[in-house]
Amino acid sequence: MYLQFMVDGDDFLRAGEASAAVKRTLKQLGLESSLIRRIAIAMYEAEMNMVLHANGGKIEVNLSDTYLSILLKDTGPGIVDVNLAMQEGYSTATQKIRELGFGAGMGLPNMKRYSDELKITTIVGVGTEILLGYQL
Amino acid sequence: MELIKIQTLLNAQVWAGEENLESEVYSACGCDLMSDVLAFAKEKIVLLTGLINLQVIRTAEMLDIKAIVFVRGKQPTQDMIDLANERGIVLLSTLMPLYPACGILYEAGLQG
Repeated sequence: MYLQFMVDGDDFLRAGEASAAVKRTLKQLGLESSLIRRIAIAMYEAEMNMVLHANGGKIEVNLSDTYLSILLKDTGPGIVDVNLAMQEGYSTATQKIRELGFGAGMGLPNMKRYSDELKITTIVGVGTEILLGYQL
Repeated sequence: MELIKIQTLLNAQVWAGEENLESEVYSACGCDLMSDVLAFAKEKIVLLTGLINLQVIRTAEMLDIKAIVFVRGKQPTQDMIDLANERGIVLLSTLMPLYPACGILYEAGLQG
């Protein structure tokens, strides 16, 4: 199964719709609920990051019998120091983002915590690709 | 603890998901930072928060959170109510601030 979503960077209200749609699809396919919860949390964090930091982007979901991958591509500012960004509590979020309830510095750590595989490819000024992988 | 008991203890108004007030939750989380909720929340919980925006409902949806209590008299917006009703999430609001609202539930046996 292949799903593709374009995520709008200007629309905070619609952020998370792709993750919600994937969650519903996986539920319909009968995946185990604790696995769906892990996938939904990690993808939602990544989707929110895309909206809050990178002006949106594209998400591709690939599901085979044994593996689920979610690839999130943006053309945002990139991550200057990935190791620092992986630390819980470190955030570059603006006051506006914090007022929305995000920017606690838990986004990337949460993606790692709730995925089997996390691969980050980022170039400053060009964009970021996040790959979330799950063994089924 | 049944959600209806939480409603009574906090003297809360129901905004959405009234048909699910007899559902049970096993734990609670009081927090305004959705990223922290995403990091630490357990399953089948009630979330108490002073944050009002659609992403609170989305966060609940991702985590299978059954109910949200808005504290300090804050009221959910219509788009929040609509999404919560669609997803079967109970929305309550209480005039109490976050700390006493959490304390009352804790004292009544609902632990964190």
